[in-house]
Amino acid sequence: MLGEGIIKGMVETARNFAGSFVDEDRLTTVQYPEERLPQKEAARNFPFLVYDGKDPEAGLRCVACQICEKECPPQCIYITKSKDRKPDHAGKPQFFPAVFDIDVSVCMSCQICVEVCPFDAIKMDTEFELSTDDRFGDLLQHKEDLARPNTYFQKLHPTDAAESDARLAAERAKAEAKQKADAEAKAKAAAVPKPSPAQVSNVVPALAK
Amino acid sequence: MDQLPITFKHWLVEFAPAEYQPLVSAIISTAAIIGVFASLFALTTVLERKGLGRIQNRYGPNRVGPFGFFQPIADGVKALIKEDIVPRAADNLVHFMAPLVLVAPVFLALAVIPMGRNLVALDMGGGVLFFFAVGAATELSVFMAGWSSRNKYSLLGAMRAIAQMISYEVPLIISSVSVIMIAGSLSTVRIVEAQAGYDGGLPHWFVLTPWGLAGFFLFMIAAAAESNRSPFDLPEGESEIIAGYYIEYSGFKFALFFLGEYIGMFAVSGMAITLFLGGWHAPFEFLTWVPSYIWFFGKLLTLIAVFIWVRGTLPRLRMDQLMNFAWKFMLPMALINLLTAGIWHLLGPGFSRWLICSILVLGPYWILGRALFQAKNVGKRIYQYAE
Repeated sequence: MLGEGIIKGMVETARNFAGSFVDEDRLTTVQYPEERLPQKEAARNFPFLVYDGKDPEAGLRCVACQICEKECPPQCIYITKSKDRKPDHAGKPQFFPAVFDIDVSVCMSCQICVEVCPFDAIKMDTEFELSTDDRFGDLLQHKEDLARPNTYFQKLHPTDAAESDARLAAERAKAEAKQKADAEAKAKAAAVPKPSPAQVSNVVPALAK
Repeated sequence: MDQLPITFKHWLVEFAPAEYQPLVSAIISTAAIIGVFASLFALTTVLERKGLGRIQNRYGPNRVGPFGFFQPIADGVKALIKEDIVPRAADNLVHFMAPLVLVAPVFLALAVIPMGRNLVALDMGGGVLFFFAVGAATELSVFMAGWSSRNKYSLLGAMRAIAQMISYEVPLIISSVSVIMIAGSLSTVRIVEAQAGYDGGLPHWFVLTPWGLAGFFLFMIAAAAESNRSPFDLPEGESEIIAGYYIEYSGFKFALFFLGEYIGMFAVSGMAITLFLGGWHAPFEFLTWVPSYIWFFGKLLTLIAVFIWVRGTLPRLRMDQLMNFAWKFMLPMALINLLTAGIWHLLGPGFSRWLICSILVLGPYWILGRALFQAKNVGKRIYQYAE
């Protein structure tokens, strides 16, 4: 009979209307500024620079290799290499970025900088409330704004952080072992009587190998 | 308590000198109508948005004020401070006049609707006639808006609006003619009086008769089409022609269109209450102590809730479906209903008129429904090349 479908539809909408007051599960809206959904572990929005220890200046992992700057598709990273070197986490002297800027308004959150970084120095943050009322100053984040401690990274992405920590620890162990071996070799070389100057030119290339 | 608004008005009028008293009285009535219905409009917009939200399992507006009830104030402020853009090619005068031509008649139409015992601004002998005559002026404004904007979408919207409004005006008026016939008067006050009294616990409302029920439904469907409400909102058709005839309106002119549309809905709902739902009469005898205007506005809000409910349920009709429905279903049903009302009157009280009139209402409904709207089984569509 004519009108049956309309009545069926009206009953359905009435059920939705009444149900939304009774059943909390029906209302899927998350009222954002007050309510927030917990973020997924793989969430990403904007990169940050990781540093070890307490001091963001001394512990910064970045060695200013500029791979990320070259790989960045929208070219939002700007790096100036330092003139001098400072020891990295494994004690090896490395360059460090004198300037490291990322433009929030240009970054497209692709994570390519993270993928290409051989030093686990740049990672993705989940922070997404980056809006500001100063579009020239505040949208360009500098080294100091970008630096975050490793503990922050461990809290943010535990799986990724564990992986990168293990890799860095292995590197450090290797470096230490090498140092030890070098020290031993040096000690052994010291034990051997000093050769005459004529022999040195032959021995040194062999040692270097 | 029941006569409070009237005594208050008389008390106010007393302050004016004798020769100005009729004028002051008219101004007070007008101001009251504009004030009450404009605030009802504000309340309806927020309730509609909240209701539609709940139907779709959303919250609806809940940011401005307690539970979002100050939303209309925010909307009003926004509409007032927005830039008023008039297209360069538009006909300036007509473009400016169109919203006014819409708003003025719908407020005029409210003047003849009795909102309580003795609570009517204009007790006119031909009240119903006045209502429909004034209501027809909205069509002019819609076409003015559509034509003067010099925009294809607005012209399309206006053409749809004219076709729709004229088609649905016919069943709207014919379904109300049956009430006029039975009540024997064109005056809205007389029609409400004709529905006074109770019989076996039930009121003498026209909606509680077979022809009245059918007439009420026909009237409400036609009223939804007249006020461009969903599912008959083709003239606006946001998803097809963006906003139809008021696409080129911005700021407060747009708000006036919005206001006019809602006031039109209130007016036509008020007319439905007057004609079929017993006006300001209480539904049960033991509730007659409640002030009459509370009954009227309660019924009005109920009808508005039904409009919102329907809007939240039904999708928009297609133009050919709209026209078919008007001319092939609504018009014959309204004409048969007119005949049924006559038969009801001539048969006199008794069981036989209930039976005969019920058959006269349900029979054509069933037959027309079967003949026009039965789903045609065309079988599985076979694609020659696509698969």
